[in-house]
Amino acid sequence: MRAEGARDDVAVMPDAEATQPPPAYRRPRRRLRTVASYTALTAGAIVVLFPIYMTIVNSLIRPDQLVQQPPPLFPTDPQWGHYATAWTAGHMSTYVATSAVMTAIIVVGQVVTSILAAYAFAFLRFPFKRTLFVVCLATLMIPFEVTFITNLDTVTSLHWFNSYEGLSIPFLATGFGIFLLRQAFLQIPRDLQEAAQLDGYGHLAFMTRVAVPLARPSLAALAVFSFLGAWNQYLWPLVSTGGTTPLDTVQIGLKQLLGTQVSQIPVSLAGAVIAFVPLVILLLVFQKQLVRSLTAGAVK
Amino acid sequence: MTVAAEAPGAAGATAGPGGLRARRRKEAGLAYLLLVPALVLFAVFSFYPFLRNFKLMLYETPPVPGLPAHYVGLHQIWPTLSSTQFTQSLITTIVFMIMVVPLSLLLGLALAVAAHRKLKGMAIYRAIFSSTVVSSVAVASVVFGTLLNPVVGLLPWLGINPSPPALESTTWALPSVALITIWQFLGLSFIIMSAGLQSVPDELLEAARIDGAGAWTRFWRMTVPLLSPTIFFALVVSTIYAIQAFGAVDILIGPQDAVRLHTNVLIYNIVNTLQIENNPGAAAIMATALFLIMLGLTVIQMRFLERRVNYAR
Repeated sequence: MRAEGARDDVAVMPDAEATQPPPAYRRPRRRLRTVASYTALTAGAIVVLFPIYMTIVNSLIRPDQLVQQPPPLFPTDPQWGHYATAWTAGHMSTYVATSAVMTAIIVVGQVVTSILAAYAFAFLRFPFKRTLFVVCLATLMIPFEVTFITNLDTVTSLHWFNSYEGLSIPFLATGFGIFLLRQAFLQIPRDLQEAAQLDGYGHLAFMTRVAVPLARPSLAALAVFSFLGAWNQYLWPLVSTGGTTPLDTVQIGLKQLLGTQVSQIPVSLAGAVIAFVPLVILLLVFQKQLVRSLTAGAVK
Repeated sequence: MTVAAEAPGAAGATAGPGGLRARRRKEAGLAYLLLVPALVLFAVFSFYPFLRNFKLMLYETPPVPGLPAHYVGLHQIWPTLSSTQFTQSLITTIVFMIMVVPLSLLLGLALAVAAHRKLKGMAIYRAIFSSTVVSSVAVASVVFGTLLNPVVGLLPWLGINPSPPALESTTWALPSVALITIWQFLGLSFIIMSAGLQSVPDELLEAARIDGAGAWTRFWRMTVPLLSPTIFFALVVSTIYAIQAFGAVDILIGPQDAVRLHTNVLIYNIVNTLQIENNPGAAAIMATALFLIMLGLTVIQMRFLERRVNYAR
């Protein structure tokens, strides 16, 4: 994103106008356009945020206020206890821990396997290189919805049903990650590799001390993307866990928490907020990397 | 393979011919070693299950529990694909896509155009518009499940009191799931469109504005054509996103058979066939059909739309 460029332009604009004043009739029109822009932007923001805002409000009001008319638009008597209930009695603490472990394994696994494979594709010469790269990309054309039938059998026969192995191992490699990191590695100048070789760097040293540190922006993008996918996945944790002590992730836990009684609604909404918070932090801290990974396919 | 042609590199020049070959073999060995983790995982969890679907579809599991699957060859394929259950599911998915795709693209584009001007506080608006990209289907379902609840919150106060409630109605259940999906996809739609808008030269739009082109004309005659590669990309992504819908149906749609029949999207149908009807053969047929549909969509969109897409810079 061009955040810096944008700031420059804002700083430059008043000067430009001072030296070359626009025709008098355009000044009020410009202000009008600005007001119109802010109105449109704020309206858009309200529409996008309204569901989340109402969720927070409804997670904090008393159950009897839920059916109140008009509905409360602000928690006048905030019931923080709903969060405690969701966390303990609603088992959100267990769900969050399960999701955290599973997500950590998947993120680390995807980053490591992608670094290794991408390094081979970017820096090494070997027979069938092009073919093998196409094979890696081909996995992107096979959605998980097509493979989960057999994966369920595979995981069961390996005794991984309802386990962290079953939840995470099928996702430890990603064609997208290999593609993204290969692109980043290819940006590294050849001279640097030759210089490192003259300095006595082997491939392992070059990978860990030069290639990986230089590819940090893409690595961050991949890690954020993996985190998002792992934390939010639904189908596989649903079908690959079960039994008397199901290893439920946050997403599956939310389904359990979603009660049918009106009195349970604030607690399940509190659960949804708990499940959403890590991702909001992710978005606020890593917005740039997230955008980078999400638009990677659009940029040629 | 062009690898051989590249062979006499700077590194090899100093070594003798024997050393070069040994070195080359070592390099290839290292490469394969580095590729092993990813390739093994792909083989076991992607290619093998994909190919095994073709074997599974030859076997039929009797509806009576306990009986083993038996070989039926190709005889299960057509009955499965022509069954009302599958065709209904396909139609539902197509209707669902028509509800989701155009609206989420249009809204994403509208937000991106609104957020394109350089104004104070824009970073906050951009963060807000992107925010739904991190929402999960379970969070979105819980959020909208409450908003659409017939006794709670806004709907009864606004006097919108459909009977049966939206999520229990054969008419409104699918649009409700579509609404959730649109909201969830809006963030990604905005991000893609915004990234595309960054590449549209501002001077061009400014010049058109000075030449007297109105906002409407500028949008349809300049922004949209210049943005067509981006819109095309977003179209592919949103179609694939919509066709993979499952979670919201699984979480929000109750046990009423009539409503389920109207929200029986493809993935839901596959999961049901596998887990409730316990028929992996039929599930494999449907999954392969899903794969072919997705592949076909990508190819068709590329072949037919690419020509009308403006790649001019």
